[in-house]
Parts: sequence; structure tokens; C-alpha cells
Amino acid sequence: MLKTFKLGGVHPAENKLSKDKSIGVLAIPKVASIPFSQHLGAPAKVLVNKGDKVRVGQIIAKGEAFISANIHSSVSGKIARIDEVIDTSGYKRPAVIIEVEGDEWEESIDRSKELKKEIRLGQKEIIQKINEMGVVGLGGATFPSHVKLMVPEGKKAEVLIVNGVECEPYLTSDHRLMMEKGEEMLVGTQILMIALGVNKAMIGIENNKPDAISHLAELAKNFSGISVHGLKVKYPQGAEKQLIKALVNREVPSGKLPIEVGTVVHNAGTTYAVYEAVQKNKPLFERVVTITGKSVKNPGNFLVRIGTPVLDLIEAAGGLPEDTGKIIGGGPMMGKALISADVPVVKGTSGILILRENESGRKEVAHCIRCGKCITVCPMGLEPFLLEKLVINGNFEQTQKERVLDCIECGSCHFTCPSGRPLLDYIRYGKSRVSQMMRSKAS
Amino acid sequence: MNLLTVSGSPHVYTDSSVRRIMWGVVISLIPAMLVSFWYFGLGAIVITLTAVVFCVLFEFLIQKYILKEQPTIMDGSAVITGVLLAFNVPSSLPVWQMIIGCLVAIGIAKMSYGGLGKNPFNPALVGRVFLLISFPVDMTSWPLPISNRLVLTDAVTGPTTLGIVKEGIANGETVSQLYSKLPDYTQMFMGNIGGSLGEVSAIALIIGGMYMLYKKIITWHIPVSYLLSVFIFTGALYLINPEIYIDPLFHLLAGGLMLGAIYMATDMVTSPMTYMGMLVFGLGCGVLTVLIRVFGAYPEGVSFAILIMNACVPLINRGFKPKRFGEVIKNG
Repeated sequence: MLKTFKLGGVHPAENKLSKDKSIGVLAIPKVASIPFSQHLGAPAKVLVNKGDKVRVGQIIAKGEAFISANIHSSVSGKIARIDEVIDTSGYKRPAVIIEVEGDEWEESIDRSKELKKEIRLGQKEIIQKINEMGVVGLGGATFPSHVKLMVPEGKKAEVLIVNGVECEPYLTSDHRLMMEKGEEMLVGTQILMIALGVNKAMIGIENNKPDAISHLAELAKNFSGISVHGLKVKYPQGAEKQLIKALVNREVPSGKLPIEVGTVVHNAGTTYAVYEAVQKNKPLFERVVTITGKSVKNPGNFLVRIGTPVLDLIEAAGGLPEDTGKIIGGGPMMGKALISADVPVVKGTSGILILRENESGRKEVAHCIRCGKCITVCPMGLEPFLLEKLVINGNFEQTQKERVLDCIECGSCHFTCPSGRPLLDYIRYGKSRVSQMMRSKAS
Repeated sequence: MNLLTVSGSPHVYTDSSVRRIMWGVVISLIPAMLVSFWYFGLGAIVITLTAVVFCVLFEFLIQKYILKEQPTIMDGSAVITGVLLAFNVPSSLPVWQMIIGCLVAIGIAKMSYGGLGKNPFNPALVGRVFLLISFPVDMTSWPLPISNRLVLTDAVTGPTTLGIVKEGIANGETVSQLYSKLPDYTQMFMGNIGGSLGEVSAIALIIGGMYMLYKKIITWHIPVSYLLSVFIFTGALYLINPEIYIDPLFHLLAGGLMLGAIYMATDMVTSPMTYMGMLVFGLGCGVLTVLIRVFGAYPEGVSFAILIMNACVPLINRGFKPKRFGEVIKNG
């Protein structure tokens, strides 16, 4: 029997329209807008000025805080201005706007296609390199990767888990990367193993990608300590805690990190970025993005320079469909609805999903009929209906006691609710109020 | 280009809806309904139609003129209440009594709490118990099946199987003497016995239950724990003294147990939310049903047992929370 996590979970229609489309290279944009904050944590501090000339791969903002990440230019050209742009979050964020001239790369970057298997750097140097190259988690949460590699004192990493689950419907960027850059990803996995000081890595891939499972399993025979595991298709298996449960049957305690149970999880896409950073000296300035949707003419996967307008990507897939109702950065379960297509692709953009007008609305909201489906599907064992009620009543003390902060915002509750209740909307609000309450108590 | 829709995730939803669930229940009730029409004929048809029409009508009137909200009668929940209320009464019940039952079920048990999803007690059961207490004679005159198909009034009546046993034991008869007065179990399984019009056929109710399981409208937890606890409890009594306590299979097939376990106790609004809670709820229903049947004043206890357990649901929900992820700490 295939492994999976136990508690809750749903199975939304997979709609992996672009799974057989090999990764194309998107044209370099005319203007690139590169935000300083593309990661979880503090924004990076800008290092360049208006009018400066930059090259591809040149550092333009430095992550100085403990949880932050460097930002590199993805294009060559002149800095037109440093200004606020609306990014995928919908908020205005400071960014460097570069007018592109040519495509001149930093000389330090190894641009050869040749696979470099031999790992020369040691543990400390690898972490240093990953930090320097601005690598962040590419699954969507964009947590700075080097921070995850620094195991806190008193804890010990036993196994590295590579997340190739891609449980979000529609998205296929990790799938394609595993098919096309499998060896590089395995070298990247080895690099991460050295950095963590572990001799065991498990790659989890959902069973709807049998080609990727067999391909990587075949390649992994040449890499000691790396095993590939097919998993039963169930959302949200790509969530860190659920994947750990599925693969090693350990539960990360409430409020704790995976290292608590001896695991560290990195996304499959991140392993490729790590390979490029460490072996090719290449900063993270481009990534694979899926562009998809039922009305999109040519759904596909593209290697896109960070800062490229989402519109360029949509054009490459055949243009914005007439019946577009919603544009989502990410997948349909956890992605963010964009307020316009004129926002830049950032490190966390795993896909752009275009929903048709008739798919864009929510369900009509009816009374809760206490069917309990939301409890059944919650992967964290919470009671979404109860949290909703507590939040509506403004009882945030109790909301906290009912462990609202455990919610991973997977959306399974709202997805499944027959009454169409926006449970996650209330829970998100509850989470922010409870966090606020805790902060004010602490101070 | 049109304006883009912006909303929080998730952006896709299941196609399940309250309407689908409720109409799914209505569909699952069809076998038992057809069986009741077959055995009790005209009376069953008149009672069922009356109950459905008046339940829907009362819900509409109350929503429109008292609550002043958009009527939601098309969601099918009032239809279910109507059918289930009809299933819980004898086919010879005077129509005017049925209408009062509908008013109590919908008006008092459902709408006075705010409508679908807010009521603590199963509306059809409240309606039935109200009728049983108000019109005890009419509510316990059970037309014999088949012979009364074309009769609307003055039906030939007889006792229910549970009534035969209760009275017999009270008069000092032994169980083995009573078996000769009881229909055989195949007839009870098929429904060729006296009783409320929808409760008689175990097979038709089980088919409906299977359909609801298949459609994921209900889960197995409540029916199984309810039926199993009745079976075990009555089985234990039977083992203690088979001359006073009738066998457990009889208890499973007699009276309203199948109807109660499959349809009334599984009402999602009035039953617990977690699987563990559902098992406890079913167990409570089973124990109370047997206590009332065997030791109580009434021959049948399903309605009372479920209503009492309905009252315990908030407590059960508090006591039986889902298992939280990450609660088991290794070596802790």
C-alpha cells in the first residue's frame, strides 16, 4: 500500500494540464521589477542606486537579518528607478526597476550545460554559498534555505526529506523539473545532505507522477542514501508536517519545527536551485513557472527570469483568455488571487493559474448543517466550524485554546463545506487576532 | 477585459451542497416509501403527501411572513422532515392530526430555533412524540398490511410485534409461547408486519442506508454502533434468561430501530461531529432504546432514545474532540 498521511485530506480535481509540456525558456523582459522582499523574513537591504549598470547575477540587495535572503539581478541593464510596485501579494512593495540592455552575465557563473557531480565544498561553505546565492524554498513559502540548514544546538537532523509531492492541482513545475533535471536535483539533494550532516534522504512524490517516480528512482541508484517514495495522491501532502508524517510516520508537535522529529524538508525545486548555486555558482534569479488554466491556449512550463511581468508569461501561453475571471499566483488551493496581471514573477511564483469567469466565484453560503465534513478533512485535526463560530463571536481566548495557530491554511475545510462557508477566511482572521493578542501579552 | 475577482484561497470547491445532500436523502427514502405504499396502500400515500406538503408549506410561510427571510424550501430539508414524520406514524392517522404534527415538527422543532442547522432535536421525531402523547389511541392503532390497502378509515388494526412481546411478558407469558404469535423474521425483514408506515421493512431501509453511505451523506459510525449496541445489550439479556428476554435478532428487526438508526439518528444537524462522538452517540441511543423497550412503560423506545441523545450532543461534541495533529509527542 502506498504511504500517505493519516488525518484528514481531500482530493481536488488534479487538472495537471501542462504535465507533458517540457520547460521552455521565456524571453527576457524589456523591463524587470525585482522586489526586495521575495522571501519570508526581513526585506533585503538595497545595494544599488538609480542609474547604476547591473549584470545578470549581480547582487542588488543584501539579506542582513538572520531570516532574510540576498536578491540578485536577473537581467543586465540600467536601473531606471527604485520604486514601489504591486507584487503578487497585492501590496505595494519596494523594488528595483531595471531597463534591460542585452544579456550580460557575471563572469563567475558557470554557464556550461555539463553536469557537475563532484561536490568540493564542505558543510559550512555550502551553507555560506546557499546564503550568498539567495536560495529560498521554491515550494511557495520562500523560507530562506540556508536558515533551514543550520540545525539548532541540541537538535540533530537524521533524514532530509525532499518534497516532490506537488499536491496543488494544475501545477507541474516540479514535475517537469524532476523529469528534465533529475540528476542535477539528486546532486542538489546530496549537497543538502552534506550541509545537514545526514546520510539519508527521502524523496516523496505523489503517485499521479509515475514517470517522475520511476525516472528519479532509476537515477537514485547511483546516489547512496537517497530513496524515492511514491505516495498516495492526497491533498495537502505537500505540506511539510503531512509529508513528514507520510514518509517517516512522525508527528511534528504543535508549534514546533520539523527538526524536532529529526527531519528537514526541502522542496524538489529548491534542490535544483541549490545545485546551481553550489556547483555552478549561479544565484537564484530564474525559476520554472507553470502557466495554466482551462481556457489558456497553450498551458506550459517556462524558465522565467525573476522580475518578468506575469503578462509576458501569459502572452507566451497564447494570451489572456476572453473569459478570464481570476488570475492566481500559485495553485487553486493555497494560491493568491492577483489584482492585476501586471505584477512581477518572484522567487515564490510556482505557477500562474487563470480561472474562467464561471470558475471564479465562490459557492453560495448557506447555514452550517453540522455535517462535520470540515473536521473530517482537516489535516491538523482541528474543528473549523467551531473556530469560525468562536471568531464570529469574538472569543479569541478560546480560539487560541482550540489551536487556531496550528492551522496550515490548506483550505480543505472551505473546499469541502457543502454550505460553502468561508471557514478559512474566518480562521485566518482568528489567527491574526490571536497572534496580536499573544504579542501584546508578551510585551 | 473584465475586472478580476480577488478572494482568499481556496479557489476551487467540491460540488457538494446542502441541496444535493438533502435531495440525496430524499432519493434514498424512495424504496421504503414504495414498500409502505405497497403494504398500506391509499392510507400511506395520503399521509405521506399530507406530511410533505404541509411541512414544506409551514416552512415557507414561517420563513416568508414570520422570519421575513428568503424561503429555502427548495433545499429539500422540509421534504425530508415530511417523509420521515409520515414514516413514523400509522397509515390510518387522521389527516388533521398529521397536519398538527407537521406544524410542531417544522414550526416548533425547526424554525423556532432559526431553521436548518440550528435545531437541537430531530424535527420529525419531535413531531412524532408530540402526536404520540397528544393522540395516543390513533398513534397506536396499527393497520394490518395489505388487507387495508384501499381503506382510508376504519382500518383493521392489530398490535405491533413489540406490542405483542411487551404485553405478553407483562401477562406472564414466556418468550417461547410468544413466538407463535409473532410473524417470522423473513416477514419482519421484508416489512409485512403492522407498524408505522415507513419502519416496517428493514430491507428497504438498509438499501436506502447503503445509498447514503455510497453518496457519502452519512458514515457508518452511528448506524453500526446503534445497531450493534442494541444487539449486544439484548443479546446479553437473552443469554441471561431467554424465556423473559426475546432474542437480539427480533429487536433489530422490530419497531422503528432500523428507521431510527439509519435515518433519524444520522441526521447530521442533531448528531455529533466527530467519528468518536458518533460512536458514543450510537451507543447511547442503543442502550436507551433497549432500556425503554425492555424495562420501560412503552413498547418502543427509539424516538425517545434518539431525542435524549440529541440533547447530549453538545456535551458529546465537547468531550470527543478530533485527535489533534502533533498531540502525541515522542518520548514525552
